[in-house]
Amino acid sequence: MGNITLKQVTKNFDGHEVIKPLDLAIENGEFVVFVGPSGCGKSTMLRMIAGLEDVSGGTIEINGQDATETPPAKRGLAMVFQSYALYPHMSVRSNIAFPLKRAKMDEALINEKVEKVAETLNLTPYLERRPGQLSGGQRQRVAIGRAIVREPAAFLFDEPLSNLDAALRVNMRLEISQLHKDLQTTMIYVTHDQVEAMTMADKIVVFNAGNIEQVGSPMTLYRHPVNKFVAGFIGSPKMNFIEVDETISGQPVNCLGVRPEHLELSSRQGTWKGKVGVAEHLGSDTFLHVNVPGVANLTVRADGNCPFNYGDEVYVSPVEEHVHYFDATGKAVRNEAVASVSIPVSSFSQ
Amino acid sequence: MRQSQLLRQKIVYSILAWTVGIAIFFPILWMVLTSFKTELEAVATNPSFLFFDWTSENYHTILAESRYFSHFWNSVVISLGSSLLGLLIAVPAAWAMAFVPNKRTKDVLMWMLSTKMLPPVGVLVPIYLIFRDFDLLDTKLGLVIVMTLINLPIMIWMLYTYFREIPSEVLEAARMDGATIGSEIVHVLLPIALPGIASTLLLNIILAWNEAFWTLILTAAKAAPLTAFIASYSSPEGLFYAKLSAASTLAIAPILIIGWFSQKQLVRGLTFGAVK
Repeated sequence: MGNITLKQVTKNFDGHEVIKPLDLAIENGEFVVFVGPSGCGKSTMLRMIAGLEDVSGGTIEINGQDATETPPAKRGLAMVFQSYALYPHMSVRSNIAFPLKRAKMDEALINEKVEKVAETLNLTPYLERRPGQLSGGQRQRVAIGRAIVREPAAFLFDEPLSNLDAALRVNMRLEISQLHKDLQTTMIYVTHDQVEAMTMADKIVVFNAGNIEQVGSPMTLYRHPVNKFVAGFIGSPKMNFIEVDETISGQPVNCLGVRPEHLELSSRQGTWKGKVGVAEHLGSDTFLHVNVPGVANLTVRADGNCPFNYGDEVYVSPVEEHVHYFDATGKAVRNEAVASVSIPVSSFSQ
Repeated sequence: MRQSQLLRQKIVYSILAWTVGIAIFFPILWMVLTSFKTELEAVATNPSFLFFDWTSENYHTILAESRYFSHFWNSVVISLGSSLLGLLIAVPAAWAMAFVPNKRTKDVLMWMLSTKMLPPVGVLVPIYLIFRDFDLLDTKLGLVIVMTLINLPIMIWMLYTYFREIPSEVLEAARMDGATIGSEIVHVLLPIALPGIASTLLLNIILAWNEAFWTLILTAAKAAPLTAFIASYSSPEGLFYAKLSAASTLAIAPILIIGWFSQKQLVRGLTFGAVK
């Protein structure tokens, strides 16, 4: 069981409110990702759930029990740290066995459990080595092994992949996702990388400046961001924003948002005419940075075989049903309200 | 051209370093040499450096006349006892300041250091009276307590700088893994900080071994360590330089040997945090 409920949880540092009162329910078995820019409070929130950081106000419930004042060791949660936080003076075996030893488990049972975890994570050949003799990926696996072996109610991951190189990061991402499928245990995962959030999460919680901006499945956040911040944070490359001053169905609209993949290119006709700046050819895709005078610098995601290059003149048109609208405060104006109205871009046509 | 310049620079620096080194070491060397001279040679107006009648008589006399080994044992008990007791207090204190700091931590550290700036004579009377009332005068226990108190600020500072280098995530991991504060310190912090703890212990043994103010004032015979043993050779009947030198050599020999074998550890301990 791993239900975690946050009720009006706040955190103050020196009288400064870093987490504003927030509520969140995490269901048993869910993979929840806390995502947001650095300093947004996501790691602090995770540390409060872990019990490593005091809560300034509100309550944290684990499996229906108030755990706000419970010490970390008694919460039944396991944590994987960014720096792995392995015990450098112990062998891999002792590292993984450490939580079981603290729980005063029988020696034979400890050995059996450690061997089993090592086998799952392909660590058997390294059991007698010290962490210093392992590669970054192996160290991360030991840290995960130390967490798994306790069979916790939930796993907490604090940016566990940030110290790994790009290739290894993709591998470990898959391994952690697979682990979640196998164990079906609640996982809370903190990252600033929206790709990790999109690919791993059942539920994404977007943090910004101590607030939760939006909670939802990856595709909900992608399709229906509630504000400009979420719209800009989720999706890669970033959504294009175009300042406008229009009123749609009686609602003022100050900004349009179009994702790079929802812009169409043409050499003959389209909504906006611009000049190609940098063209990034990735093989599978091409990212064109098109400068449309008086509108914006637009990023367009095109086919890998896209023929356009630096300096070419192109026409760019948004796909109407995928355009997002935001008011002056950055709040999304619901798409349904404007669905029947054509895009107010005529004023930019050249 | 450039190479020869570098070589010249190296030679100059070497000469300079050796000169300073020998200047510092010379009094100790002279003391050791004097301890092998006769009393007459020791006070000769034209002392010879190496060419004199080497004799071990002074050592025989001293070992026969006085209770060197009893003083030696007192020194061992006082320096080791105070260092271990100090460690017992300093480890939790340094842990708290390094890993659970608050707004006042820096002030507390500075205050502790400031106690080292107080001239010991300033607290002579109160300490003497307290010792008298508690029957601690001329007891090893009394000196262990005083030495612990004197060296505690240095121990805490040294351990604090060591602990600060240990990532707090490792201790947090232990806390998550179900360790109590006690087992977090014993099973995780201490093994990781072992080199730092070893050099703290060593330095404090040396400091306590060499301390001569309180040991001379608070002891008479029973608990007198080697410092008192040396002092006893500067008697009212006049100085016996050769015997005094022999006594001093015997007193510093153990600590010199420890220092020699642990110099790497000591240098690392003293410069820790200065260069990373």
